[in-house]
Amino acid sequence: MAELKDTILDYVKKEYLEEDDDREITYDSPLISGGIVDSFSMVSLKRFLETKYAIQIPDAKATPEAFDSVNNILKMLEEFNVR
Amino acid sequence: MAFQDDIRAIFKSELDGIRAAGIFKEERIIRSPQDSEIEVEFPAGAKQQRVINMCANNYLGLSSHPEVVEAARKGLDHRGYGMSSVRFICGTQDIHKELEGKLTSFLGTEDTILFPSCMDANAGVFEAVLNDQDVMISDRLVHASIVDGMRLAKAKQDTFKHSDMGHLEEKLQLHAAARVKLIITDGSFSMDGDLAKLDQIVALAEKYKAMVFVDDSHASGFIGRTGRGTHEHCGVVGKIDIITTTLGKALGGASGGCVSGRRELVELCRQKARPYLFSNTIPPVVVSGANAVLDLISKTTERRDKLEKNTAFWRKGLTEAGLIIKEGETPIVPVMLFNAKLSQDFAKELYQEGIYAVGFFFPVVAKGQARIRTQLSAAHDQRHLDKALAAFTKVGKKFEILHKSKQEIIDRYGM
Repeated sequence: MAELKDTILDYVKKEYLEEDDDREITYDSPLISGGIVDSFSMVSLKRFLETKYAIQIPDAKATPEAFDSVNNILKMLEEFNVR
Repeated sequence: MAFQDDIRAIFKSELDGIRAAGIFKEERIIRSPQDSEIEVEFPAGAKQQRVINMCANNYLGLSSHPEVVEAARKGLDHRGYGMSSVRFICGTQDIHKELEGKLTSFLGTEDTILFPSCMDANAGVFEAVLNDQDVMISDRLVHASIVDGMRLAKAKQDTFKHSDMGHLEEKLQLHAAARVKLIITDGSFSMDGDLAKLDQIVALAEKYKAMVFVDDSHASGFIGRTGRGTHEHCGVVGKIDIITTTLGKALGGASGGCVSGRRELVELCRQKARPYLFSNTIPPVVVSGANAVLDLISKTTERRDKLEKNTAFWRKGLTEAGLIIKEGETPIVPVMLFNAKLSQDFAKELYQEGIYAVGFFFPVVAKGQARIRTQLSAAHDQRHLDKALAAFTKVGKKFEILHKSKQEIIDRYGM
């Protein structure tokens, strides 16, 4: 579980933070409502999860709320039996 | 009556939410032609005030240029007011073809198709040209109209960090198997005023067999030595596969846009792009004005040269006054204030000093990046810029932010 959490957190940091961006992101940081990931760029995070864990996240489930923090993403992944 | 009180309440409450969030937009009423000085009534009902306009996209000062107005008037006399038809039924005049030809030669492309606006060009082009075997890889700061256009297309989407060539290259590798990879960027980014690294983007496109799309709306007419745009500035004229641009900013400022680029892609737009197929194109009066604009700027670079001079003066002046600006070379010069409320208060004070500029904050720009975006014009004379600079200095002094660092401003006013 801890490993899964960190894999996602690392991806978010690498994919979305600029080099000079020193914002601290935790498991609970609001990613979309906090302006770190815009809803348009969310697609690469969705694709990362789908490829990494061999799942298909339907658009209806890929809501800004479901992707709004690493912990929210973990909750959503549980539905796909990814733990 | 279907719009009963309880239904009205739904929409009223949405509007209240927008107001409560502090992002309710209000129009300023202008009672004069668009120019370096305008007569403004703001808020509605307030006393009319003559102010220097520092926030128009009137980069070349052609919005009310006598030759353009005269050409538009002649167009009205000779080709009428409306077309009452889409292009492919009976909505194409000789002057529309003439304008498409002039844009092709000005932009250095193979062919051009007009759209009612650049918003429509961006809304139509991706869906017309790409299919579900393709991928669109866009810079994260592209204009909203491109985001909408990408959403309408069936091709896969991905993004790269703003102007980050390493990240773009990773994405090109990730999507190596796609039939067509289209790199999508603005030429000049409208909020920061920086330019895309088109030379590097073209090099990556060649390396990975990708195509390049550029929206040059904030560059056409004045960026590059002869004003052709960002591709001229970066030395890659002829290497951009799709350019979209607008006639609603530097090129007369009325309305209309186009897709210009590879012959086959433009032809596909004529066959398939929905805003072209299902809407009237630009009316004759505007087409005639735009034809005159292209003649004017093809003959002489005088106006873009004056704009360049004004830009240099303005950037240097603000910096020496002790304000923080976004570095760059375009006539889009954001004065950074970081705090949303400060950006609004600053704009209000400027207005009292006779200077019209608007504060931008989240969600238009990132949180903690609030600013006043100033835009230069060839219509500005030295006296306008001197007065504007004095006003920015006076207001900056009042808020005690001159010669202060970003951190000092944030410490005092908050993010």
